[in-house]
Amino acid sequence: MTLDELVEAARSLAREGRDLIARASSGDELATARTTLVGRKSGRLTELMKALPALAPDARREAGAAVNRAKEALEAALDAREAELRHTAPAEPRLDLTMPARRTWRGAVHPVTRVIDEIRDIFRELGFTVAVGPEAETEWYNFGALNFPVDHPAMDMHDTLYLSDDTLLRTHTSPVQVRTLQSYPPPVRVIVPGNVYRRDFFDPSHAPMFSQIEGLAVDEGIGFVDLKATLVNFANRFFGRRPTRFRPSYFPFTEPSAELDVQCGVCGGSGCPTCKQTGWVEILGSGMVHPAVLEACGVDSERYTGWAFGMGPARVALSRWGIPDIRLLYDSDVRFLEQLAQ
Amino acid sequence: MNASYAWLKTFVDFDLEPNALRDLLTQRVVTVDEVLPLRPDLAPIVIGRVVECARHPDSDHLSVTKVDAGTGELLDVVCGAPNVRAGKFYPFAPVGTTMPGGMRIERRKIRGAVSAGMLCSARELGLGDEHEGIMELDIEATPGTRFLDVYPVGDTRLVLDVSPSRPDLLSHLGVAREIAAALGKDIRPLIWTGAHDFLGAPSPEQESMTRRLLDELPTAIAGERFDATAIAEAVTTVVGDESGVAASLIDAVRSMPDRPRHKGVTEGNTGNVRVVLEDAEGAPRYCGVVIRGVKIAPSPQWLVDRITSVGGRPINNVVDATNFMLHGFGQPMHAFDVDKLAGSSVIVRRARPGERLVTLDGVERTLNPSTTVIADAERAQALAGIMGGRDSEVTETTTDIFLEVANFDPRATRAARRALGLSTDASYRFERGVDIEWAPFWLSHAVALITSLAGGSAEEDVDLYPEPRTPAPLKLRVARIAQLLGAPITAQETLSLLRAIGFVVEWVPGTEMLHGDQELHVIPPSWRLDIGHEVDLIEEVARLHGYDAFSSELRPFRIGTVPDAPIELVASRLRSVLANAGLYEVRPMPFVSGGEGYVRVRNPLAENEAFLRRAVMESLARRAEHNLSHMQGNIRLFEIGNVFSPSGGRLPHEEVRVGALIMGARRPPHFTEPKPPAFDEWDAKAIAEVIGETAFRGRSFTLVPGEGDTLWEAQLDGRRVGDVTRVRLDAPVWASPAFGIEVALETVASADVAAPGRAAYGREDAARGPAPVTPFRSLPVTPAAEFDLALLVPNDMPAAKVEEVIRRNAGELLERLALFDEFRGAGLPTGMRSVAWRLTFRHPERTLRDKEVSGRREKLLRALEEELGVRQRTA
Repeated sequence: MTLDELVEAARSLAREGRDLIARASSGDELATARTTLVGRKSGRLTELMKALPALAPDARREAGAAVNRAKEALEAALDAREAELRHTAPAEPRLDLTMPARRTWRGAVHPVTRVIDEIRDIFRELGFTVAVGPEAETEWYNFGALNFPVDHPAMDMHDTLYLSDDTLLRTHTSPVQVRTLQSYPPPVRVIVPGNVYRRDFFDPSHAPMFSQIEGLAVDEGIGFVDLKATLVNFANRFFGRRPTRFRPSYFPFTEPSAELDVQCGVCGGSGCPTCKQTGWVEILGSGMVHPAVLEACGVDSERYTGWAFGMGPARVALSRWGIPDIRLLYDSDVRFLEQLAQ
Repeated sequence: MNASYAWLKTFVDFDLEPNALRDLLTQRVVTVDEVLPLRPDLAPIVIGRVVECARHPDSDHLSVTKVDAGTGELLDVVCGAPNVRAGKFYPFAPVGTTMPGGMRIERRKIRGAVSAGMLCSARELGLGDEHEGIMELDIEATPGTRFLDVYPVGDTRLVLDVSPSRPDLLSHLGVAREIAAALGKDIRPLIWTGAHDFLGAPSPEQESMTRRLLDELPTAIAGERFDATAIAEAVTTVVGDESGVAASLIDAVRSMPDRPRHKGVTEGNTGNVRVVLEDAEGAPRYCGVVIRGVKIAPSPQWLVDRITSVGGRPINNVVDATNFMLHGFGQPMHAFDVDKLAGSSVIVRRARPGERLVTLDGVERTLNPSTTVIADAERAQALAGIMGGRDSEVTETTTDIFLEVANFDPRATRAARRALGLSTDASYRFERGVDIEWAPFWLSHAVALITSLAGGSAEEDVDLYPEPRTPAPLKLRVARIAQLLGAPITAQETLSLLRAIGFVVEWVPGTEMLHGDQELHVIPPSWRLDIGHEVDLIEEVARLHGYDAFSSELRPFRIGTVPDAPIELVASRLRSVLANAGLYEVRPMPFVSGGEGYVRVRNPLAENEAFLRRAVMESLARRAEHNLSHMQGNIRLFEIGNVFSPSGGRLPHEEVRVGALIMGARRPPHFTEPKPPAFDEWDAKAIAEVIGETAFRGRSFTLVPGEGDTLWEAQLDGRRVGDVTRVRLDAPVWASPAFGIEVALETVASADVAAPGRAAYGREDAARGPAPVTPFRSLPVTPAAEFDLALLVPNDMPAAKVEEVIRRNAGELLERLALFDEFRGAGLPTGMRSVAWRLTFRHPERTLRDKEVSGRREKLLRALEEELGVRQRTA
């Protein structure tokens, strides 16, 4: 090709190119046009450039400038059209938005803790504060002050892990009642969550350590009706508005003693395996604080009266989530913990 | 305690179905755990009446019958029994019944004749061995009636959860007393209760006379206002002389109020047997009687039914009679073979050192000298209140028995039972307490029963009760009832509620008219060993009034004086922070294999878990291994729990700690990052810092580099409170490294608060001030100037040291100093690394000039060079 031919070819390429670019109506078509016109390997501009070395040096400079002008013009047109298309064309989906999110690890407080927290929050609203105490206790705090008769079958219900002749792992949270009443004058309204120990072998329904939560209210003018009202109020909030009933029971540290049942949530009271055909499920033990306990704590039992209750959050957790074996609560299996965190 | 529904009905006449009885008992008396129909397999069996009966045409022993089973049509039934007769009633199993033996009744052809059901023999129903013919029922019943409704094998067992405080409920009599009181009915006079099984039902006249006796007895025991002779004569009149019961009863009644006769007497005879009570502490009352000429035989069916209805095993008439007395009236008894008692002696004494006894269960036991035994002239023959000896056991050849009806001390029985590891129906009752006053009455009752079952005649009985008890009356203030229950219960109602269950209740003279200050004198019946205080009576009143009858409306209350326990608030915050950081809370057991320096459990469940953990990490590490064994390698656990260590004092040193263990992937896998990195030291350090910030707000919590597996020591105000460690686990090769964080939150106060019976008030009160806060600083209005310093730092020089020099020399306009890069390796001098910090400067009022910034940079580089020999890294 001569210089003139080459310059003309560059001009006509620029002209044709502008038409082609203007006709491109999508990003794909524009990309094709770009390849055809200025593509590095076999674009038409590249073809022109291949002809440059054959020219004489002066002619080559002139032709080169012409080709460059064409190239700039084409690229400017391509870019302009691309910007145009991007504005007018609908956004093409780049991400498959059905793919999963980038999460962080999920964690959770223990199911038993969640039950304890719910119970605690309800009693907080009813004016209770939280008290705690040691798990290693003296026999006096665990039994003596709580009116347990020495060497009596009542002790069989508290099979005890002893640390020495007169120290032990507390069998219930009630020693904290004694410590609290010795430390603060009435009125006292506390709830006490904590771990307790029994000499029970691990099996599907027993564990040597388990959690308990109990409550204590002591003041002038407190009676059995207050125990009943508070616990029924609690049960209605915690279990929903299911019928409740109180029945006689025995605890050395309360008199009268009562256990509270709610109607079985599985069968609605008609009897099923969950409630052993009775239609009722036991939820807590309670009673008026025995005067001997008040006296052991230095509280005048003629002036002050009180009531107390205790319940097992682990049992609640088992029934709430339908967990068949109490050991799952203590095994710390991450598959279990993850499942219940959902 | 197993109670038989049918047996209870012999004591009190009630109409409640078993489930209704369960509800009544549970709400007023004792929780019924289970209601067990004893023969539910017989429920489908109905009464069938054979209407027609003919020989089977193709058989010489089969009959073809038409049976009316109440279905409205006559059923064709083929029967092989020789005794089938038209017009008679038989138990009938309709098609579809599964028989007690497991066979299912189908409609089928027997030698060409259709048979739709089966007429049953006693053996087929599991009611005995009789199978020679079908069971002809001597009753008139509508065909189709449930067999169980008319034939008394369908007893129901109620399983009672009797508390240790109510041993009086460990008998049918005791439960029946409560049923009667609850229903406002009278209990049948005791002479007939249960006994009408063997004496037949009493006449109305007999009932009324003996009821008077019953009414008088509690009062008689309580006081001395009882005319025994008059009652005895009345009983003789109505019961008649022929009955052995009358004579025995009269004796018993006579003996009851006659305390002076007993006082101090510890020896007596019954027939030729000499009874000596040496150990009146172990056996406060000891009654016995010799019955001669008994014939040991199997018990009649009614007694077998009673024994099996409570889960017992029938043995023979005499033994079954004693068990009948135990379950029926709560009085354990034991029968000895008199011929086996050396020297015709019964001596109640303590065991001799090393003394041995082979008990009824065939076990030879070496006795503890504190154990009470029943001995003959030579050796121990029974463990008092627990079990008899094999040598003096009643056997088929026994003709003369010594029947023991005693009262053994609860604590002594309990001690012996525990020492021997042997619990029986008898020891269970003696341990809880058996009514001491009624022993002679039950003795006469048992004599009547045994002689009616096994024949023979009773000698004069012996009753040793050297220290007769007199119950102390309790005072019951009507105002105190209202105070404790929060609702008034009238004196009149109190009186009638308590009297209904056998309490003797009288007005305290002069208080009747004192409205609101009325007082009652109450004497508990001798079987209520749990009643010792006024409050015990109030429980009875509340229970009998009905717990459900009290209001459940909330009343105003006063706010308490007790502040929330600080540890509880800290623990709550930590739980939510750590859960949000992706960790799972766990609650593992605190038992470890331990050793020296650990607190030991004296009676552990397992020797390899006999100690209490010193650190939460001991539990978390085992839990991590548990997860690894289930192929779970992503483990993020935390716990807030107590740890124990020996203190030198009475109780261990106890701390509340938070512990966390992390291993495995730092975040969940995501398609943008095929394999997430594993947790490392810096993640552990972050958790430790978060714990410190959460638990110790406003205090100085620092992490100081440690040695070996201790990466950092956590210090609070300069005192060590925990650490961050590499945790060594028994882990598979694929497991990532594990890191642990453990920080002590609080030492548990376990010293006695005050002496027993005392209080020690005066701690800080509920109103504590707000937590310390960092005040707000104005947001910047001027631009910051930043530059980076990349320094060559010797590998063994802590970055913190460099930072200290930078902070000290940067001047007060340094707003932020952030380490953002570390590089080791190629291109750096040996033993050196490159560490880079970004420094941010800001003047609160104006823009910093470039010259000011570069001046600071040069000053810093000079100081670093001079103080530490640290230079800038040149690219």
